[in-house]
Amino acid sequence: MRAAKGMRLTYLTLLGVAFFTALPLYFSVVVASRDNAALAQVPPPMIPGGNFFENIGRVFETVPFALAMLNSVIVSGSIAVAVMFLSTLAGFAFAKLRFRGRQALLLITVATMMVPSLLGMIPLYMLMVKLEWTGSIYALIVPGLVNAFGVFFMTQYLSRALPTELLEAGRVDGCTTWGLVWHVVFPAARPAAAVLGMLTFMNAWNDYMWPLLVLTPENPTVQVALSTLAAGYVNDYVMGLAGTALGTLPLVLVFALLGKHIIGGIMQGAVKG
Amino acid sequence: MATRAPDRPAAPPRPPGKRRRFNGRHWRYQADVKGSPYAYVAPFFLLFCAFGLFPLLYTAWVSLHEWTLLQDEHEFLGLDNFIAVVQDSYFWNATFNTLSIGFLSTAPQLLLAIWLAHLLNRPLRAQTLFRVTLLLPNVTSVVAVVVIFSQIFGRDFGLLNWVLSLFGAGEIDWRAGTGTSHIAISTMIMWRWTGYNALILLAAMQAVPRELYEAATIDGASNLTQLRKITIPMIRPTMIFVVITSTIGAMQIFAEPLLFGAYSVTGGQDRQYQTLALFIYENFARLDFGYASAISWMMFLFIIVIAGINFLLTSRTKGDLR
Repeated sequence: MRAAKGMRLTYLTLLGVAFFTALPLYFSVVVASRDNAALAQVPPPMIPGGNFFENIGRVFETVPFALAMLNSVIVSGSIAVAVMFLSTLAGFAFAKLRFRGRQALLLITVATMMVPSLLGMIPLYMLMVKLEWTGSIYALIVPGLVNAFGVFFMTQYLSRALPTELLEAGRVDGCTTWGLVWHVVFPAARPAAAVLGMLTFMNAWNDYMWPLLVLTPENPTVQVALSTLAAGYVNDYVMGLAGTALGTLPLVLVFALLGKHIIGGIMQGAVKG
Repeated sequence: MATRAPDRPAAPPRPPGKRRRFNGRHWRYQADVKGSPYAYVAPFFLLFCAFGLFPLLYTAWVSLHEWTLLQDEHEFLGLDNFIAVVQDSYFWNATFNTLSIGFLSTAPQLLLAIWLAHLLNRPLRAQTLFRVTLLLPNVTSVVAVVVIFSQIFGRDFGLLNWVLSLFGAGEIDWRAGTGTSHIAISTMIMWRWTGYNALILLAAMQAVPRELYEAATIDGASNLTQLRKITIPMIRPTMIFVVITSTIGAMQIFAEPLLFGAYSVTGGQDRQYQTLALFIYENFARLDFGYASAISWMMFLFIIVIAGINFLLTSRTKGDLR
């Protein structure tokens, strides 16, 4: 009896939390599909209206949103692919190969994960000025190609999931190290690399401070374009939220489809860390 | 083996040739085993040094100079930038705001996350649905979160003020006050990160042996006692990880105050919610890179100190199973 009551309470609490988690997202969709006059209603509107596409149209007139979407896809996509590839290579070397300086290099990598990225941002900006990459998406892609977290994540995974015997068997069969990477490591790394790729894509898509520093409103990413909307058109909430919905929707959809794997990856990576 | 067979039959009839070839192959094998690990680490490390490590270290050098983007000559100042930072009242204001927002967002968030993880760590239906919902805010970008919550915390037509008005409260201008703006910003941070931290803690909780709970249940320990005496001590390493990463994150709060104030780099008219990251950005935007770098280093110092204190608190106080 008591246990059943406890479970009911657990469900109720969790449903309550889920409600308050989803409410702001739902409400933003409601506002995004109304006009500005509806916002002043008492009580506020609670069901979506029919103005969404009109609001979206104004978003495209106000900021270069199509270009922003394209930029975000290119930046996040190339960063995700590069991080998956380079992290798998380095993670394999750290996890399974013996070489001088391995411990020290791994230690430096892990240590920098604890250093706030803000600390290096000003010299990185000066570097971009020198390379004449400010205003261009190179300034986002090139520094994003690798990160310490990815290497740490793949090192952790490969040291667990890749049997050393399999590598030794490959060696006996005359495989070079590159042969091992191609035939053994890549197939074994695929599940973790996929999770890492999705996490990296999401982070790159949502990154805000660095793109804000190096890009211009004329050549923005989605986040920079959204912040232009939010900052410059304070009284046009409806348009701001319509743009927000459009910029967030692709990611939320991907997440809703693949959420299980992403969550699995986050939870796995965390316990080891 | 099978694929290499065509090369092999030639070897046995010619022992001398075989030996020479063996040496050549041996040399190549050695080079492969000894040298190639560096080749696999190199792409990562070269990029990492150029765009990760070098900027981190170079900030220290910049902070010791009078450094703006416009000049070519950078006068060496020694610690003058740091002395100026310490005497700058705006700096201490930003520090106070950062600590206040950091505390208001992190402390309740972690308690809530532990509790949520504890609830989810039961045989529940719709586990995946709950987890996906909890992580949705984390998928939403910071910019989107602030845009959404700016509406909710709006003075005139905000959803929250409407709800409060049902209980007879007057209109609150959330942006205007120090306390109210800090609460609004902390709410955004909490909304975005609680679920994420709950899932990480849940992962750790699932690794705790079931027998401990069974024994405790037989001994008549209540749910709350089990959480306090078993779960929390057992997941302490993960707790430390979560506390430290949350602290580092909270000390760098940037987008929330910037966009909540409709792109005001001062964080409101009276700087009532300017955080340290925003203060760095203000000086960066004035192209005073030396000064901004000095603030960055001070911020890093604070992070080390606070993360250290949190580490001690988390590892000392919470229960003693082992």
